[in-house]
Amino acid sequence: MLSRTAENLYWIARFVERAETNARLLEVGARNALIPNTGGGYRNDWESVLQASGGAVGFAEKYGDIVQRNVETWMFFDRDNPNSVASCIEKARENGRIVRTALTTQVWDALNIAFQEVQVFARTERSRLSLSDLTDWTLRTTALVRGSALNTQLRNEGYDFTNIGHYLERGDSTARMIDTKYFTLLPQISFVGSGLDNYQWRTLLRAMSSNRAFNWAYGGDIGPPKIVHFLVLNRACPRSLISAVEGANDHLDRLARAYGRSGPAQTKVRAMVGELAEMQVDDIFDEGLHEFLSRFIGDIADLAGEVHGMYLSGDVR
Amino acid sequence: MFDADAVRAPYSGLLDWSRNMPQELRSLKQNEAEALFRRIGITFAVYGEGGSPDRLIPFDMFPRVFQADEWARLERGVKQRAKALNAFLVDVYGRGEIVKAGRIPARLVYQNEAYETAVCGIVPSKGVYAHIVGIDLVRTGPDEFFVLEDNCRTPSGVSYMLENREIMMRMFPGLFQENRIAPVENYPALLRRTLASVAPAKCDGTPRVVILTPGHFNSAYYEHSFLADMMGVELVEGADLFVEGDFCWMRTTEGPKKVDVIYRRIDDAFIDPLCFRPDSMLGVPGLMNVYRSGGVNICSAPGAGVADDKAIYTYVPEMIRFYLGEAPILKNVPTWQCTKPEDCKYVLEHLDELVVKEVHGSGGYGMLVGPRSDKATIELFAQKIREKPWNYIAQPTLALSTCPTFVEEGIAPRHVDLRPYCLVGENIDLVPGGLTRVALTEGSLVVNSSQGGGVKDTWVMAE
Repeated sequence: MLSRTAENLYWIARFVERAETNARLLEVGARNALIPNTGGGYRNDWESVLQASGGAVGFAEKYGDIVQRNVETWMFFDRDNPNSVASCIEKARENGRIVRTALTTQVWDALNIAFQEVQVFARTERSRLSLSDLTDWTLRTTALVRGSALNTQLRNEGYDFTNIGHYLERGDSTARMIDTKYFTLLPQISFVGSGLDNYQWRTLLRAMSSNRAFNWAYGGDIGPPKIVHFLVLNRACPRSLISAVEGANDHLDRLARAYGRSGPAQTKVRAMVGELAEMQVDDIFDEGLHEFLSRFIGDIADLAGEVHGMYLSGDVR
Repeated sequence: MFDADAVRAPYSGLLDWSRNMPQELRSLKQNEAEALFRRIGITFAVYGEGGSPDRLIPFDMFPRVFQADEWARLERGVKQRAKALNAFLVDVYGRGEIVKAGRIPARLVYQNEAYETAVCGIVPSKGVYAHIVGIDLVRTGPDEFFVLEDNCRTPSGVSYMLENREIMMRMFPGLFQENRIAPVENYPALLRRTLASVAPAKCDGTPRVVILTPGHFNSAYYEHSFLADMMGVELVEGADLFVEGDFCWMRTTEGPKKVDVIYRRIDDAFIDPLCFRPDSMLGVPGLMNVYRSGGVNICSAPGAGVADDKAIYTYVPEMIRFYLGEAPILKNVPTWQCTKPEDCKYVLEHLDELVVKEVHGSGGYGMLVGPRSDKATIELFAQKIREKPWNYIAQPTLALSTCPTFVEEGIAPRHVDLRPYCLVGENIDLVPGGLTRVALTEGSLVVNSSQGGGVKDTWVMAE
């Protein structure tokens, strides 16, 4: 397969997943903003959302003060934000148009319709769009693209590149979302274990559509170790870090078999799977949750670099 | 098609079909066709007009029909012309016999903007420069076809020929059961076979064919990706290819793969920045060296454009006599070259009855249709001709044939032209069909899609 085609497919998946992450982050922020600011000292929750999305600097330059409405604009509509939902959907659709013949009609329709609908939102008066409408729409739309790809795409190398993009972005995204919690808590460690703390953890689970799943798996009693276990180490959770890394591993394995050639990307992903498989929750807290997550985000970036070098750059010999 | 108010035989059945179609069904089908086009993504960007790049070319459901014997004659004529054009190209980049024999003025060939000195002395694989020859024809009588122009570079529009048929078969399967219509669907396979047949000297094994596109911003990108898909070959951009050693390679996820034949849909000037325009980002540096040394074939060959130049056009019948020793089957439209003083004088005196075109123009831009223009426009054009006479040619307005077409009030005759696509490789092939363009405005002679023309399915009846 042409390296450029593989790259386009990989980025379609990443952009779609990224749009979804942004919508979920917005949901976390909106829910957290509903609790009264009784603690006084802790930082604005919206800032943690911006930090986690990686767009805090760009936002500060354009808007200055953090106001919910501006955050919504920045993260959903703003074309100046390369990671806004609108930017991601537009880029995913443009990538799709370039490799139109590598996509089934269903996948193309899903991307194309998403793009048309974003245009409609952009022309609609903002007071008529609630944040939950926007986030619901994003989750529905990205699920449609992903579902169409899973149901209809040929199971060839292109399918592997699509999935590798999807899993890498998802691992990155989950790590960033757990990290919002860290940003929120940072100044006031005394909140840990308080009612407010639990509320925030719940919000995080909700944002990952995992609130009820967690109840079933852990019996409803909430606490940081269980939640970290669920979102990092539990294979049953579709958004956990280990699920993401193992997903990437499966598809890199398939490529290695198909091409009869294994390389640094496979080595890297195996090391990551190996580490997570052995890891205990205590190890994570010993390292420090934020430190662990930062390292994980760095590892995902390295892995993406290896995938790019081995397959997507076209420089491989 | 209207013989003294009666339609010719091949259309009579269809006329009943169209007249019996209830109005609701007609608009239903028309909407269905449009939805299909949008869904597949066949859209068309009009240069210099702005507006939506996702515009559709209007599709007329009434097919254009050729009978088997009419087509057979046309086919012979088209093939004859494609053969002569290729012989001419090999000649003018080689010994130049036709010039030496005084049959074509040397200046017209060697000082032509489209003449490419970089390919002098090269004889491409199988002696073919123009692998896909699109010949634009109009009909003026039962057996009278005129060639408007030849397209030897990269004629576009073939995806319409295929998709129009696909859509007609989907919407009106009954018509295809009642009539014996020759299929066109093997065009992509034939194109692939043609391109593989001109693999370069150094290619051993099965040739790898690719289509080279300027990218997804190009207005014909849909066609490029459609053809690549139907042919089962990779659609590449310049950056996907690179030159190393004596060959051209494609960047894939499995490492470099050698490319043998490039069907390029970019202009000569952009093929290789080391050889042509140094600022080109669309081409492949070093590609021309590989081409010269027989490591890759480029289709159509760089320099092929000199054969379809509007000034050279006049001499195509001469080429047919010179290289093939045959009488031309298809006629040329009489053409006045404004660069000749006596012709220019005639043109300026008769502007109100002539069609004037730019020598290098295309797409219906920068032309004057005398009988349909007002005095001011004509005067403006006369000024342009006086300033740059060499830039213009003129032709009489022909009594173009018409074809029944769906219009607001029912069925009415509209002017049509035809572009069949002739494939030249080891063999010369012509699929029974082509692109019929129709001028949708009453009385209009301009069929270009950029000027409000539409398209029709083109039927050749099987014997």
